[in-house]
Amino acid sequence: MSSQTDVRLDDAPDLRTEREATPGSAGRGSRSLRPGERDAGSYYGLPVLNRTPWSDHDIAGYLFLGGLAGASSTLAAAAELTGRPALARAAKVAALGAVGGSLYALIHDLGKPSRFLNMLRVFKVTSPMSVGTWILTAYGPQAATAAATELTGLFPRLGRAATVGAGLAGPALATYTAALICDTAVPAWHDGFREMPFLFAGSAAASAGGLGMLAAPVAQAGPARRVALAGTALECAATVRMRRRMGMTAEPLRRSRLLKAGMALSVTGALLGQALGRRSRVAAMAAGAALLAGSACTRFGIFHAGIASGDDPRYTVEPQLARLATSRAERDLR
Amino acid sequence: MEFSWPLLRQLTGKDRLGRAAAAKSPRTGSRPARTAAADRVVKSVCPYCAVGCAQNVYVRDEKVVQIEGDPDSPISRGRLCPKGASSLQLTTGSGRLRKVLYRPPHAADWQELDLDAAMEMVADRIIETRRATWEWENAGRRVARTMGVASLGGATLDNEENYLIKKLFTALGVVQIENQARVCHSSTVVGLGTSFGRGGATTFLQDLQHSDCVLIQGSNFAEAHPVGFQWVMEAKARGAVVIHVDPRFTRTSALADLHVPIRVGSDVAFLGAIVNHVLENELFFRDYVLHYTNASTILREDYRDAEDLDGLFSGFDPETRDYDDDTWQYEGMRTVAASGERDEHYDRPAGTMPPGRAEVQGGTGVPLHGEPVRDETLRHPRCVLQVLRRHFARYTPEMVQRVCGVPPELFAQVCRHLTENSGPDRTAEFVYAVGWTQHSDGAQFIRTASILQLLLGNIGRPGGGIQALRGHASIQGSSDIPTLFNLLPGYIPMPHAHEHERMRDFLRADSPCRGFWANMPAYLVSLLKAWWGPSATRDNDFHFDYLPRLTGSHSTYDTVLAQLDGTCKGYLLLGENPAVGSANARMQRLGMAELDWLVVRDLNLIESATWWKDGPEIETGELTTSEIGTEVFFFPAAAHTEKSGSFTNTNRWLQWHHRAVEPEGDARSDLWFMYHLGRIIRRKLAGSGDPMDRPLLDLTWDYPVEGESAEPVAEAVLAEINGWDAEGRPLDAYSQLKDDGSTVCGCWIYCGVYAGGVNRAARRKPAAEQDWVAAEWAWAWPANRRVLYNRASAAPDGRPWSERKRLVWWDESAGRWTGHDVPDFEEDKPPSYRPEPGAQGPAALSGIDPFIMQSDGKGWLFAPSGVVDGPLPSHFEPQDSPVANPLYGHQRNPARKLYRHEDNRYQPSGEEPGASVYPYVVTTYRLTEHFTAGGMSRHTPYLAELQPEMFCEVSPELAAERGLVHGEWATVITARSAIEARVLVTDRIAPLHLNGRVIHQIGLPFHFGPNGLARGDAANELVSISLDPNSHIQEVKALSADIRPGRRPRGPALPELVLSYRRRAGVTEHTGTEV
Amino acid sequence: MGFFTDTSICIGCKACEVACKEWNAVPEDGLSFTGMSYDNSVGLGADTWRHVAFVEQRKPLGHQETGARDLDFRWLMASDVCKHCTHAACLDVCPTGSLFRTEYGTVVVQEDICNGCGYCVPACPFGVIGRREASGTAAKCTMCYDRLEVGQEPACAKTCPTDSIQFGELDELRERAARRLEQVHAAGTSSARLYGHDPADGVGGTGALFLLLDEPQVYGLPPDPVVTTADLPSMWRHAGAAALALLAGIAVAAWRRGR
Ligand SMILES: Nc1nc2c(c(=O)[nH]1)N[C@H]1C(S)=C(S)[C@@H](COP(=O)(O)OP(=O)(O)OC[C@H]3O[C@@H](n4cnc5c(=O)[nH]c(N)nc54)[C@H](O)[C@@H]3O)O[C@H]1N2
Ligand SMILES: Nc1nc2c(c(=O)[nH]1)N[C@H]1C(S)=C(S)[C@@H](COP(=O)(O)OP(=O)(O)OC[C@H]3O[C@@H](n4cnc5c(=O)[nH]c(N)nc54)[C@H](O)[C@@H]3O)O[C@H]1N2
Ligand code: SF4
Ligand code: SF4
Ligand code: SF4
Ligand code: SF4
Ligand code: SF4
Ligand SMILES: [Mo]
Repeated sequence: MSSQTDVRLDDAPDLRTEREATPGSAGRGSRSLRPGERDAGSYYGLPVLNRTPWSDHDIAGYLFLGGLAGASSTLAAAAELTGRPALARAAKVAALGAVGGSLYALIHDLGKPSRFLNMLRVFKVTSPMSVGTWILTAYGPQAATAAATELTGLFPRLGRAATVGAGLAGPALATYTAALICDTAVPAWHDGFREMPFLFAGSAAASAGGLGMLAAPVAQAGPARRVALAGTALECAATVRMRRRMGMTAEPLRRSRLLKAGMALSVTGALLGQALGRRSRVAAMAAGAALLAGSACTRFGIFHAGIASGDDPRYTVEPQLARLATSRAERDLR
Repeated sequence: MEFSWPLLRQLTGKDRLGRAAAAKSPRTGSRPARTAAADRVVKSVCPYCAVGCAQNVYVRDEKVVQIEGDPDSPISRGRLCPKGASSLQLTTGSGRLRKVLYRPPHAADWQELDLDAAMEMVADRIIETRRATWEWENAGRRVARTMGVASLGGATLDNEENYLIKKLFTALGVVQIENQARVCHSSTVVGLGTSFGRGGATTFLQDLQHSDCVLIQGSNFAEAHPVGFQWVMEAKARGAVVIHVDPRFTRTSALADLHVPIRVGSDVAFLGAIVNHVLENELFFRDYVLHYTNASTILREDYRDAEDLDGLFSGFDPETRDYDDDTWQYEGMRTVAASGERDEHYDRPAGTMPPGRAEVQGGTGVPLHGEPVRDETLRHPRCVLQVLRRHFARYTPEMVQRVCGVPPELFAQVCRHLTENSGPDRTAEFVYAVGWTQHSDGAQFIRTASILQLLLGNIGRPGGGIQALRGHASIQGSSDIPTLFNLLPGYIPMPHAHEHERMRDFLRADSPCRGFWANMPAYLVSLLKAWWGPSATRDNDFHFDYLPRLTGSHSTYDTVLAQLDGTCKGYLLLGENPAVGSANARMQRLGMAELDWLVVRDLNLIESATWWKDGPEIETGELTTSEIGTEVFFFPAAAHTEKSGSFTNTNRWLQWHHRAVEPEGDARSDLWFMYHLGRIIRRKLAGSGDPMDRPLLDLTWDYPVEGESAEPVAEAVLAEINGWDAEGRPLDAYSQLKDDGSTVCGCWIYCGVYAGGVNRAARRKPAAEQDWVAAEWAWAWPANRRVLYNRASAAPDGRPWSERKRLVWWDESAGRWTGHDVPDFEEDKPPSYRPEPGAQGPAALSGIDPFIMQSDGKGWLFAPSGVVDGPLPSHFEPQDSPVANPLYGHQRNPARKLYRHEDNRYQPSGEEPGASVYPYVVTTYRLTEHFTAGGMSRHTPYLAELQPEMFCEVSPELAAERGLVHGEWATVITARSAIEARVLVTDRIAPLHLNGRVIHQIGLPFHFGPNGLARGDAANELVSISLDPNSHIQEVKALSADIRPGRRPRGPALPELVLSYRRRAGVTEHTGTEV
Repeated sequence: MGFFTDTSICIGCKACEVACKEWNAVPEDGLSFTGMSYDNSVGLGADTWRHVAFVEQRKPLGHQETGARDLDFRWLMASDVCKHCTHAACLDVCPTGSLFRTEYGTVVVQEDICNGCGYCVPACPFGVIGRREASGTAAKCTMCYDRLEVGQEPACAKTCPTDSIQFGELDELRERAARRLEQVHAAGTSSARLYGHDPADGVGGTGALFLLLDEPQVYGLPPDPVVTTADLPSMWRHAGAAALALLAGIAVAAWRRGR
């Protein structure tokens, strides 16, 4: 659309325009690039990616609370169906509290909280946040109903249905958040997308188990202890595998103190729960608290490791260069 | 079916994933682009630089809502650089002031003032000061003037505004009228004018595309004239070689083929060596040189060259530092001085030209008398070519290495490209700007390039010529319609004080002259008629005695000294910011602090308006607000979108911008200010019987006004500038002007812009509908010619030198000159024409004399007159330089202008003791992102954020030597002051190797100052006032300094630091002032 | 529609940055000296939609001769912008539909819908989009959607003094870019390359192609960006599996009798 003065001194219509100027075409004879002069590989060491604008309290908190809520609802349903009312009651209340908290965190982090409902304009499978919103939409009222009926004793049938419904939706709530953070360009998140849901599932289970131990009498907390142990095991396995598979982008994960602390707390909590939780309420409560803290630390750790990986251009650039080299080599082999 | 819930649209429509149409909100796309929704589009011109890019101003509900490029412009093709692109913010930004501000004497702060009251007060101040300082005589000669009032500024204003400033102030007897042209390109007028006859660029931007080699030197083209640079890229696309000779690797260098780092101030040595190379290897364009230049003209026997006298030419008077140019004349021929110079010749010893006068001749060409003696074989030892050869013989590649720091191989490449791309079939173009003009021998830089281009046969030809890139939007206009002390409109000189002088005497020496200046009586009488109308008659000498008289130099720098010594009491700044932009900024402020009153008209609160409150001297304690008695008025100016008028761009094109909206609040155009100021003063003085008021009361001053604010009609002023005949019909061309008082014309070179009553400056026939010359876009002086001296694009016989380079040629069958451009030649004068002996005026020039403003019709390789510091350029070191001059015993230009003053100390140089205290070379320059002294960019957020802080550029080597840390602070110190800047360490400033010695250069952008959003110390605090003697331009491009890490001291410690350096260097009032 | 930004003829004037801000009323983005050559706007974000990078290198540019020092040197300038990816992660992940694809194939934020979740920010592999502090909503280049609708070219392309930014039909631009690359190579700058031109790349080719004179990362661009949602099906599968595992795990844990 830009105009050119076409009529020129020599009247040739096919004259080159300035778009075809080639600066540096005259001058000395050509020299080839000096070898080994590759640049640092970044622009003044600045990140390639823009930093995720999320606050850790809100979003890491959301990851934790969402997991706690989801797994708690499932635990509640299981407890209710297997006749552990105290555990069920505790888990339902916890689920409601956690989902409430997570919703608050989520909305709080929106730049325009008043526009939360815009999430309901569309349903986008390509957007874990959209999917998550619909999961929350399905899950939230059931969890609320479950807790409300539990606490008030009204509408027991409805309560049971809601409990089961929330219990079935709970795991989705607990794991979609992994897809949420992995579906970004943030290296330490994205590259872990295979293990992250398991890590989150494990961590959610551990936290729900922990809460169960904390809130339910020892007698009914058996499932909580087992869930905590299994969850912790899953979390550990996923973490180990993730670090091994990811390559250099796992560095920020490996370096994360929070992750180390989270793991230690979870393992301590799970083992303590197994060893003493059956006997001592105090021990059970301590184990539960450790598990909750461990899960929270893990989520905050993942969050911060991701931010750190995005802030360092190496984690964006180098794996991509390696990928290019590999595909080039493959192409050359062919 | 359309659902309002997108989810339903998603589920029912094609966009199942909800990523396109389904997700569209009703608001999206519902608001049309404001370019499409505008009520009207007003044609305008960018108010920043002299490229003169066309703008479309979009108006809705009487507000400007968008400004962007006009694609129809043949110059800019719709593009704008960041400054032009930020015009909307400049003109509509919230930062712009809309209220008159007033600071009573000694007050601590501004107060608001009613506009009308302020106008009355300013009128009173002018009347009082004028009365108190009126001089009828000076040293026994009639001067009829006041030295108590001065004005500065004009390059940002319209031609019409400049015209009213000059007209009113001249009628008031004010002579100290100056503008940016002084500090910017005044040496261009001398350099190009003496060489070719006119002081403007010889070509136009679009013609660059036809060049085969573009040599950019002394200009940072891509940064300072970005939109013009597209034409370099056009040339490049078509195979041209682009060379950038610059001390720094800039954004221009980045796009060039060759970057040649050069030490600032050494260009005469560099170009002189190319001249030498061309002469020694017989690479010049022989036919061109022989016929179109004065190469064959023989010089007088008693001429002595600088080579004979160690840097001095014959005729030097060490007492006055002046040359008597008698011995520089052609053999057997008496040179009568030019229109300007002649003026003082009959009561002063010949050749003692007061400073500033040479610029007059520069603008007009120097008439000669008699017949020059020529040797067509070019072998006569005293013919110009041989003199030239001897003069430049020592300018060798080795000397280039020693003086400029340019290695011989690189130098050889430049020579090769330049000479290979010159000749009948190829042309090379030079592009320069203030990297050449702002030196204590700036005119000679330009002279050297002119000599070279004449030798290579590149003047007047397509893709050739010398492109002088001018600065402000209308700085060319403010030179043509000069708010300059030494000129009247159209480069007619201001008269000097002589006894009993009548106009006849002033003009007398002109009458026998040849070339187009023969008609000066008609130009001058028509001007006087324009100013004093019916009251100007033959009997009263057309009121020639109403013109105040000069007694030497009254340039802006002289005015500063006059302020300091109390002579000048009132000052009007009409769009200029000397507290940042002028050399020795501190002295500018100290001068203003001595004033009785100061009027500042500007868009923003610039430093020149607020120094009494928050200037650097308040911080150091050198000035105290309550002790400053200066009364300050600030008037908000209207922006270009708020007034109509014409700008003259760098290539002499007058382009009209139309008013888009009314200015808000108290903002008014300068046209309004000048007109109403004049009206009020005339009202107040009406009935005065005092003869000093006659010029004012007889002045024609009744322009029609329009609108609520009574804005004068700018087109009416343009009509007066163009002129009319006895019947009041607009004139078509300056050839119609008469010396009998029957024609009126405010500026003869602009005559024709309003031909037929049509505003030709407002013509906007789209580029796409015209050829590349675009003759129907705007109007160029003279006579709408775009390439000057284009007769030279044809061989003596009138045929083009080559098919490839045809521009203007003789059409034998039609018996007239024809071609792409308007011929810069009498249309029907055949190539075979030879004047009768004794012919006068234009008829005295032959059919092979392309330089029609020159009295011999030739391009001047050797300037027998007109350049006060020598007929040929010689290399001298800048006033302050760490390098000794290896060529001559005189370190500095012997004829330079200096001001000995406590606040203007010079530094030891070269091998003088103490020179090592200031060991580094400093140069100052521009950035794409800012504009000049910053008034139009530092207050504009979109520009300010791009370069937010003052910085200095240094090489890694210098940084290591002085421990400067990238990103941290450094302090730069000269004998005048010290400033701080952030450090930018970069390979772009290479240390230079001169004869084994390493010279480091420091780069300082000069845009910054304490006000606005982007801030920092002003580079001009460091600079001394040392001037080119021809043009009075200051040397801001080359000085020496020390640099050290860390911030500068605050408070009284700052002057202390400067003094301690001076003591160490042994600086006294005599330092650097030798001949 | 799209852009071809030919950095080999960019003069680094930043007119594109300013014209964009003027047209779109983008706020000023901070007044700090960075020391990054002549770049003080740092990078793309909510308040900078065009960004000109400045890279000083000790490398030669074709046959360019750079003077006295025994040092190769070149100064690269490049104007960066939203790539308007064919597979745009920002758009994919946007939960509100605020980001959508227009009829011109461009990717545009609808400010009135954006809830400021900020999800698009980490999703963009190029570091383009940002969330504005003041408004709380996301912002980036719209390819001057409103101008396109009235048949006007984008403000940045229009203003560019050397036509370094060229606007037009993508197919035509791709062809032109390929031709141009040959030209620049022939002129001696062997390090030149195209970026974003390949529809087979990780983002399906971009709506803004570039001719770069060095590797992308030198300009702050990712060398091989991949739209993150390319892995999303797999992510969903893994998440689903993990959810089932969680469900099953808890069920098993509860059904096991005992205390
Ligand atoms: N962006 C922008 N554009 C502008 C302006 C602006 O302020 N900003 N100002 C306008 C005005 S008023 C003017 S006059 C023009 C000026 O336009 P330019 O003259 O191009 O501007 P400068 O940057 O002052 O100087 C040009 C170059 O001269 C170099 N130089 C300095 N000394 C020497 C020397 O001795 N020899 C040689 N060969 N080179 C030297 C400097 O390194 C610099 O790169 O620009 C106009 N355009
Ligand atoms: N060290 C150093 N010093 C230099 C130079 C250098 O290269 N180095 N360059 C020199 C050169 S070339 C120049 S031209 C000067 C420039 O120096 P100045 O002319 O002092 O600088 P500007 O900032 O252009 O000042 C012009 C003022 O006019 C105002 N203005 C704009 N339009 C209007 C209008 O319509 N009416 C009124 N009343 N005001 C208006 C602007 O806001 C601005 O404040 O600086 C010179 N100083
Ligand atoms: S400042 Fe000069 S180059 Fe830039 S847009 Fe204005 S006139 Fe054109
Ligand atoms: S406007 Fe054009 S030349 Fe200027 S910086 Fe932007 S892309 Fe480069
Ligand atoms: S570059 Fe980033 S912001 Fe632009 S379309 Fe692609 S993903 Fe979205
Ligand atoms: S911040 Fe706005 S545009 Fe970005 S993903 Fe969230 S809703 Fe979409
Ligand atoms: S296309 Fe428009 S919105 Fe995008 S960068 Fe250019 S000017 Fe800005
Ligand atoms: Mo200037």
